[in-house]
Amino acid sequence: MVAASATLTEGSSLRVLEVSKHFPKPNDPAARTHALDSVSLSIAAGELVSLVGPSGCGKSTLLRLIAGLDSPDSGDLWVGTEPITSPSAERGLVFQDPNLFPWLTVRRNIEAGLVARGLLHEKRAEVDEFMRLVGLETFAKAYPHHLSGGMAQRVALARALINHPKVLLLDEPLGALDAFTRMRMQDEVLRLWEARGTTMLLVTHDIDEAIYMSDRIMLMTQRPGRIERTLEIDLDRPRQRNSPEFLRLRSDILELLHFAGQATSETHGRALV
Amino acid sequence: MNTVSVQAKRSDQWQVTSDKLVTRHSSLVTSSSRLRTLVAIPLAALIALAVHLFVSKSEPPVDTRSYSTFLGMVLGASLVAVALQPFWSSLRRWMAHMCPIIAAAVLLLCSWEVITSGFRLLPLPYFPSPAGVLQSLINDYALLFDSTWHSLLLLLSGYALGVVIALITGICIGWFPYARYWGMPLLKVIGPIPATAWVPLAMVLSPSGTFSAVGLVALAVWFPVTMLTISGIANTRASYLDVARTLGAGQKYLIFRVAIPAAMPSIFIGLFMGLGTSFLTLIVAETVGVKSGLGWYVSWAQGWAEYGKVYAALVIMAAFFSTIMTVLFKVRDRVLVWQKGVIKW
Repeated sequence: MVAASATLTEGSSLRVLEVSKHFPKPNDPAARTHALDSVSLSIAAGELVSLVGPSGCGKSTLLRLIAGLDSPDSGDLWVGTEPITSPSAERGLVFQDPNLFPWLTVRRNIEAGLVARGLLHEKRAEVDEFMRLVGLETFAKAYPHHLSGGMAQRVALARALINHPKVLLLDEPLGALDAFTRMRMQDEVLRLWEARGTTMLLVTHDIDEAIYMSDRIMLMTQRPGRIERTLEIDLDRPRQRNSPEFLRLRSDILELLHFAGQATSETHGRALV
Repeated sequence: MNTVSVQAKRSDQWQVTSDKLVTRHSSLVTSSSRLRTLVAIPLAALIALAVHLFVSKSEPPVDTRSYSTFLGMVLGASLVAVALQPFWSSLRRWMAHMCPIIAAAVLLLCSWEVITSGFRLLPLPYFPSPAGVLQSLINDYALLFDSTWHSLLLLLSGYALGVVIALITGICIGWFPYARYWGMPLLKVIGPIPATAWVPLAMVLSPSGTFSAVGLVALAVWFPVTMLTISGIANTRASYLDVARTLGAGQKYLIFRVAIPAAMPSIFIGLFMGLGTSFLTLIVAETVGVKSGLGWYVSWAQGWAEYGKVYAALVIMAAFFSTIMTVLFKVRDRVLVWQKGVIKW
């Protein structure tokens, strides 16, 4: 399942076992929302997997748990053989909002991870490499509010990748971009993925994006969040957005989502992994 | 079809002539407004000088000579500036911006003189003429300079002390829930008491007047800066902290490289508020305890009924405080350079 084209594999496998999470309701602390219900998934090293589902189905919650920013009520999470207990530089996270530090220049934003880990001195050369990789050399001294949405998101990607994460978590990273920028950025993320072999988990509600980019697509259902179906996408890369197979997959998933929407109350099936 | 095109043509012509009119009109406006800015200061200075010479005939010549010289200098400098401006573009821009306001200031001085020495509408010695104030300023410049120097030392040491303590308390209370639990109630009870209300206690507790004044200024600065630092730190966007954590940041990085920079705009608001209260506290502290400084000078001059000196000290204070404000604005522009184009104050 590891992408054949990956030249090197920095990625690590990811396992989520029977994870559940509740949140207190904001207007009634005694009542609790069931955000995730016994979710299990397993991603091989270097694999690119998408999580697709309606908003509020717990995709972002799952991502925060994997990042270590929240802890589950029950269940376990592993990266390789290590359990996830707290945030770490080996699990990068990119949000829909680039969340660049506005007080740092583009270059210093990219350096942030190295500074945080006290490695800036030995890895300074790598910063230049990453500036080139995302094509932002000329913006090194610009502040984030001067950047367009696409540029800011490229900086956010470089900032996450400079730590050489074993797993990169992408929470609708391209959701706020216009259609053309988004398609260009998809290619850019794929290029980075193929070059580095990083394991990637992409949350999106753009079905085209999921089919275009991922090895597998996991469909999630709402309240409580569960993984309803898993689809293998075995189209050759680079993929054609208008090929008949692509379009067939697209209509299949649309049907599944529609079907899933009707059937959740009856089936209550275990997550397919 | 024909008529339409004719109409179109006619309207084009009309358009052209009206455009011409507009440009001519606007060039007229700019040239006349430029002329106005150029002659504004010389004219104002001439009027003020004429009024002064007419009004001050009855005054002793010693009191009025330096004011005449002053107005003469304003007139001379403005004429030199007018002569230089065709060759110096940055001076031209500065003049276009500043001439009206400087001319208005000169005319204000003139009307002050008309009200005081001219019609004698206000009782002496409480309201001396600008000539009298200028004379006091010149006569007493050594003591005024010394007082300003003492005020500056006191203000800077008090302000620096207050800011350092405020940043430490503010960051602790803003970041650590434990510090917040114990610190916040104390801050809410002690903070709002005006620093000047501590004067009696400060006089008893401290070994010297200077010492207590520094303490009072520090206390005055401490409250607003602490409050705004807390609010800035506590309101750091959670997503910045989340991102930093996933980049491998530890507690130190989160506080010093994320929370504090994120709080900087808020901290600067506190620094400006603190500067305002520190001016007030400085003058009060100097009036009641310390035997030097501008606050002391004002009350001392008032004791001798030398109101010319009181006003002279006020003029110095205005220049002194606004200079310090300007310096803080410059520091702010430096530190918050990343907000350039975003902030509007």
